[in-house]
Amino acid sequence: MNSSSAILQELESEAIYILRETAAAFSHPVLMYSIGKDSTVLLHLARKAFFPRAIPFPLLHIDTKWEFKEMISFRDRLAKELNLNLIVHTNLDGVKDGVNPFKLTASEYARIMLTVGLRQALDSHGFDAAIGGSRRDEERSRAKERIFSVREAGHRWEPRRQRAELWKTFNTRLNQDQTMRVFPLSDWTEIDIWHYILQENIEVNPLYFAKERPIVKRGEQLIMIDDDRYPLLENEVPEMRRVRFRTLGCYPLTAAVESEADSLEQIIEEVLQVRRSERSTRLIDGVKEDSMEKKKTEGYF
Amino acid sequence: MSNAIIRMLTCGSVDDGKSTLIGRLLVETDSVPHDTVQSARDVRRVGSTIAAGDIDFSLFTDGLAAEREQGITIDVAYRSMALPNGKRLIIADGPGHEEYTRNMVVAASRADIGLVLVNAVRGVRTQTLRHLTVCSLMGVQRIIIAVNKLDALNFAKSAYDGIIESLQPVIKKLAIKDVHFVPISALHGANVSTKSTECDWYAGGTVLELIQSWEDLRISANTPRLNIQSIARTEEFRGISGTVVDGTFKTGDTVAILPGGKQAQISKIVTFTGDLAQAQAGQAVTLELVPDSDATRGDTIVLLDQSFPSSDTLEVTLVWLHSTGLKLNNSYYVMNGSSQTAGVVTSIKSKLNVNTGISAHSDTLEVNEIATVQIRLNSPLPLLKYSQSRDLGNLILVDRATSETMAAGMIGKVIQHSPNVFTQDYDIDASMRAQQLNQRPKVLWLTGLSGSGKSTIANLLEKKLFLNGKKAFVLDGDNLRHGINNDLGFSQEDRKENIRRTAEIAKLMWEAGLIVVVALISPYRLDREKAKALLPEGEFLEIWVNTLQAVCQSRDPKGLYSKAAAGQISNFTGIGQEYEIPIMPDLMLNGEADPESNANRIIELLQ
Repeated sequence: MNSSSAILQELESEAIYILRETAAAFSHPVLMYSIGKDSTVLLHLARKAFFPRAIPFPLLHIDTKWEFKEMISFRDRLAKELNLNLIVHTNLDGVKDGVNPFKLTASEYARIMLTVGLRQALDSHGFDAAIGGSRRDEERSRAKERIFSVREAGHRWEPRRQRAELWKTFNTRLNQDQTMRVFPLSDWTEIDIWHYILQENIEVNPLYFAKERPIVKRGEQLIMIDDDRYPLLENEVPEMRRVRFRTLGCYPLTAAVESEADSLEQIIEEVLQVRRSERSTRLIDGVKEDSMEKKKTEGYF
Repeated sequence: MSNAIIRMLTCGSVDDGKSTLIGRLLVETDSVPHDTVQSARDVRRVGSTIAAGDIDFSLFTDGLAAEREQGITIDVAYRSMALPNGKRLIIADGPGHEEYTRNMVVAASRADIGLVLVNAVRGVRTQTLRHLTVCSLMGVQRIIIAVNKLDALNFAKSAYDGIIESLQPVIKKLAIKDVHFVPISALHGANVSTKSTECDWYAGGTVLELIQSWEDLRISANTPRLNIQSIARTEEFRGISGTVVDGTFKTGDTVAILPGGKQAQISKIVTFTGDLAQAQAGQAVTLELVPDSDATRGDTIVLLDQSFPSSDTLEVTLVWLHSTGLKLNNSYYVMNGSSQTAGVVTSIKSKLNVNTGISAHSDTLEVNEIATVQIRLNSPLPLLKYSQSRDLGNLILVDRATSETMAAGMIGKVIQHSPNVFTQDYDIDASMRAQQLNQRPKVLWLTGLSGSGKSTIANLLEKKLFLNGKKAFVLDGDNLRHGINNDLGFSQEDRKENIRRTAEIAKLMWEAGLIVVVALISPYRLDREKAKALLPEGEFLEIWVNTLQAVCQSRDPKGLYSKAAAGQISNFTGIGQEYEIPIMPDLMLNGEADPESNANRIIELLQ
């Protein structure tokens, strides 16, 4: 899909409009920062939206303790360099209960560590609006998502009760117990994200670029062994393969793709050629048809 | 802004083949990931008759589980598509059911194009009339009517023509003029993105071509506006942040801050990547104003000479969106962009039946219904008519207790009560006078170069109307200059004033029930638009007498061209002064054609 600079400029302006509206209309907004390319773009847009001011809200990362190590080092360096107000939250109850991606199904693991973790963080800090990097092209339940999407008590998404959203007149009012999810990248596509990263020269995580990495195969999925917590089979030795990641998350649940793309231009070329739905490498979402819709109704992003 | 992103809503129901058409457009422009296309070859719905291995195009638009369980679509879905010309199309796909006028209105609110499906096998149904009415009401710029399933009728031209013919009376009544028909088969891909060989009797474009050929002609005048979203303040800086619409701001521009009208100058246009000399429509910027004013969120910045008064009284076309109906005189929040106040609906003037296009009196307004109402705001907001600005002409009503969005409105009139000039309400109104005269009053505005034939056509037209028993009157630019306008010359300023006065006179005559024929060069687009804005939608028809300048010059009925050429007159339109051609006139006449037939064409327009 083509994305000329004129298209990117319109998308950028719209995202900035939404970010400014969020900062002005809510008392405690927060930007969900997952370290991935979409939230890195979101962060860049927030810097642009409020210049010459600093970003007027904190960033929140839900840390499962199973992310790739390179994600965490990237996050901490960026927060320092850009002087960001970064909040890191982990569902400690989950950790205490020994929740890990091997013991439970991928979706149950994600529910506890990500969805419950997110709800804890939003509640304990009293955030009334959470800005996320979701795009409508990601998945079919996302195609029907509002830009300003109300969550009922307990952060539940009720698809049948979505507010009508017209023009650029957004209803940002909330009732008691309601919170708002805000999606400034709604109209962007995956390739727009990459073109924008290239155009704006935004630094993204090195895991997106092809490199020799230690890999084991589980079914069709290539899993990178990032530390010694991964249960290997008997006599199994990870082999070095040249891979990159199309999405980032918990390393045991995020498959790599074999690739030679080690520059942004090559990644764009690859994305254009492969044209696979990008979530097919994310094990959590692939579990069941409509799994995203189900997770969203429970409070996931 | 280059309008690199085009927005389109699709109207039609499941059995019109809408999902198949959208799916095909997505696949044929390579806008769907390949594995998704593959799964549409492999997966089949129960009872599907599509051959194994073929793509079931209708699968791409499948929605939520909650929807599939009930076999309906309940919500608007948004999909991006790459157009071959490099632009981006965002499709807002609303469900077709009657009870979902609400969703259609949501999808139409930002749409440039409305794609309306008609099932050729079933013919035109009331839903088609509703779709056309709502598209027009919401300010969609182009309508493409795709007559689908023609494969089931062997691509018979007669079936297609029959549908066009039965829709003509509806289309004539719409405010929107850019309407196209295209015969298609979404199932077989005929005239979707490739031309069909099976209906060689059709010479027009494919659906894709009709989408791609649309261009935004809305903004001809430079009327920049910026609704303030927030104040950007640091220790050494204070600026206002917002997105420019409807024009371009430059540093040094003198602006007014509305409401209130305080003056300031734009001293800087600040962005993350550096200061700009100008900010175009669509750009999100931060402006530094001198003197630093107390402008705040919700205020609107306009050029000083384009300042307009804010009002607390509005006439609004309201679409009710919520299952709880309108409560008259109940206080709602009223929002437009970042501006907000509270307000009440004081009266319902008339309710529109979207299936027939007829308005009638009503005391209630329920979900999916549309009515013209009067709204009184707690404090005045800087708003314009929807036809002047989609961004400054819209509003939503929000329930103060539940925070739910109750209704969406398009402003039809901003009602001014000047402190010293009161509008007297009379019991007899324009429509009653027209009824007594047994005619529909209109203002027919003939614009064109000097010598283009305006006066000749106006004269013939008045005669024809007179002989038909109609009460008509010609306002001729030349004649008015002998009387009411005898203090005016031909400078740009004087021409503007000449047009303004003529338009006001035409309006009075229209209110008196007359068919007013105006013959006036009226060279500037903005002036003609202002004249049009004096009258309700559809009552002012812009008619362009299009005659080549060379022809006008050879006619030269008043000897003016030769005087201008000899330098004896300055400011002569066409020589030394520009004529801005109408972008979307209601009628364009070939000024070299027989005046008799041109007059007849105007009469046809009136019928």
